[in-house]
Amino acid sequence: MPEPQPNKSPLLEIQGLNIGFETNRGLVRPVRDVSLTIFPGQTVAVVGESGCGKSVTALSILRLIPQPPGKVLGGRILLEGRDLLGLSESQMRSVRGKDIAMIFQEPMTSLNPVYTIGDQIVEAVTLHQGVGTRQAYAIAEEALREVGISDARRRLHEYPHQMSGGMRQRVMIAMALSCRPKLLIADEPTTALDVTIQAQILELLRKLQRETGMAIMLITHDLGVVAENADVVAVMYASRVVEFATVEELFDKPQHPYTEGLFKSIPRLNDTRTRLDAIPGMVPNPARFPSGCKFHPRCHRTRALAASQPGAASAPVPLNYQGGGAALPPVVEIVSEGDRAKVMGVCVSAEPALLEVQPMHWGSCHFIDGFDKAPDTQPVSAHRREVTAMVIDGGVQQPMPVVVPVSAGEVTR
Amino acid sequence: MSSTAESTPAIPYARPSMGHVVEPLPSGQPLLEVRNLQTWFPIRRGVFSTVVGQVKAVDDVSFDVMPGKSLGLVGESGCGKTTVGRTILRLIPATSGSVRYKGEDFFARQGEELRRLRRQMQIVFQDPVSSLNPRMTVGNIIGEPLEVHGIAKGAEKRERVASLLHRVGLDPTYASRYPHEFSGGQRQRIGIARAIALSPDFIVCDEPVSALDVSIQSQILNLLEDLQRELNIAYLFIAHNLAVVEHFSDEVAVMYLGRIVEKATSRELYANPRHPYTTSLLSAVPEPNPRPTRQRIVLPGEVPSPSNPPPGCPFHPRCPLARQTAAQAGASDTVEITTAGERVRVPRQCAEQRPPLEQKQGEPGHVAACWVTK
Repeated sequence: MPEPQPNKSPLLEIQGLNIGFETNRGLVRPVRDVSLTIFPGQTVAVVGESGCGKSVTALSILRLIPQPPGKVLGGRILLEGRDLLGLSESQMRSVRGKDIAMIFQEPMTSLNPVYTIGDQIVEAVTLHQGVGTRQAYAIAEEALREVGISDARRRLHEYPHQMSGGMRQRVMIAMALSCRPKLLIADEPTTALDVTIQAQILELLRKLQRETGMAIMLITHDLGVVAENADVVAVMYASRVVEFATVEELFDKPQHPYTEGLFKSIPRLNDTRTRLDAIPGMVPNPARFPSGCKFHPRCHRTRALAASQPGAASAPVPLNYQGGGAALPPVVEIVSEGDRAKVMGVCVSAEPALLEVQPMHWGSCHFIDGFDKAPDTQPVSAHRREVTAMVIDGGVQQPMPVVVPVSAGEVTR
Repeated sequence: MSSTAESTPAIPYARPSMGHVVEPLPSGQPLLEVRNLQTWFPIRRGVFSTVVGQVKAVDDVSFDVMPGKSLGLVGESGCGKTTVGRTILRLIPATSGSVRYKGEDFFARQGEELRRLRRQMQIVFQDPVSSLNPRMTVGNIIGEPLEVHGIAKGAEKRERVASLLHRVGLDPTYASRYPHEFSGGQRQRIGIARAIALSPDFIVCDEPVSALDVSIQSQILNLLEDLQRELNIAYLFIAHNLAVVEHFSDEVAVMYLGRIVEKATSRELYANPRHPYTTSLLSAVPEPNPRPTRQRIVLPGEVPSPSNPPPGCPFHPRCPLARQTAAQAGASDTVEITTAGERVRVPRQCAEQRPPLEQKQGEPGHVAACWVTK
């Protein structure tokens, strides 16, 4: 069983990725300046709400963005140092499935309804591993057994509609892992499943990761799933990464007001609050982003700061203000969904960069302590936390610590 | 809508008179009494569509909803929670059982009497896209119930609609727009405005936030709670998210395969779950905390089909407690079963007899259906 080796060179580096879509309303940019690093054996969660760009980022790694209307406006995606964006289509085909595999939210639409489960797994195996049909079926059967499907030989001859949602997701995972990818991209893998089935699937992914040492890019909106599975978290808002940190750092000391707001807005078990702290307003449409910091119309921090400066004269932001750094007074008045609010001028005029505000913790907000002095570095974290293995004993799982090297400091940059 | 309704100095929204006499209920009397509700769907086969079996989607469900309170109904997909909500409103015919609303037999009412009761019982759906007619303006969607029930039309209707829109945190000028111009959260607000248009006393909320973004969910939950407090509405709150249900409900019932397996006040149920299914369901909720404090119980197998539920206790093939009990030294009278590809021993009683819903240790009224737990 290969041990994950977190402190080696990165498996995947996304550097300054920009994706655009040509629409009849002009160029829409679902991914803006996204940088991310994933080390072997690591689980990096990408969190955000619908339309924040998390799925487009994932699809662009596999170059599955339809072009046109989509196009890469800039950036690099390095897999073990090789730029995927520069590969030919046939070279890319050998990367998909073999080096990087992906599983999707809705397994029914990702499986072909007219082929048996076995045929679909075998297709991938023969394509990438150069083995004969008989051996490919043996590999497929083993893959199904690995994901906990009993009676694997019979199941190989079943069609997707004969299986439940949880079973289909297991088949997807079996198919994705049959070629031993180095990176598994899991796009909302458990969102369509019930909690008890979700627990089974996440447990399965953790077990397979321990056994194979693969890295996982976990795309989700569920902060509970993030906390229990990720080593490192990237929070996305309005097409950009707005915060990046290890999972403990992020949950203990969220720096970005959006992350803070998300944590406060979710109801938790045994929560004694009578009222939830909602984030006002709604997720912005990529075709009509506000100027400056994209979160400013909903941000509690900028409003609180503006309110604490009673002396400052505030002026309304001119209509059709396009941002671009044109100077504004320290405090300005905006109209956000029908109501007026005072916010800090800099939040409206300039979009903050993603800076390392604390060691190994990146944030993108003008009003994080020390933001003005923070160095501009690539978001990188080789952190791995202690994984807790579970041993099933009469249905009740006993936690059993498995030692995996944890080190935030020994990063090769 | 950015700051939800409480901070906007409102156009006062009083409960307008809806033409029905609102008689206060005697104190302590439930608003809604559901007794032995059964909803079965026949399975038909062959050229003559012979009924070959029944899917017992809801099987012997009883509960009360008190005025102005929330009853949460939780369970996994296929457990029958949505069917319960729809059967109560007579959107699906019940196979047997009764529903009394303010003491009246709702299932026996017909014609004008039925319409009169229906005004007071509304529903908010899960999917805010498919539950609003795309060809109607928001004003017509919200105003339709007012017109259908002959309560307001013309200028008065427009006024009511404006006040309702304002009440749910939307701009009153939105009345002339169409549903596709709104985001998911706004559409859910429109659905809520339609539901409260007739000043109901009871609303079935069927997964009202599960299709919404995380940051929008809390806005809608807060709105529903504000409305409950101001208008004294009782909710049957159907959801699969246990944390949401805990936050929202005064009382919670857990369903499994068409039956209620445990019911208690919200605080009691979450602090002191008695049924092994509730325990494992709670433990399966991912904790938003990187240092987990709870022990996870992963249930083997999947929810069986309601067309062919297991005999005895329907949970016994997946039940960790049944296995532990059978494995204990000195356990007698056990049987071997095959489940999810493995052979395990469980107590004979669990495999053969259905446990009754009975009082367990804890608060009075904390009931669960299990042979093993006390």
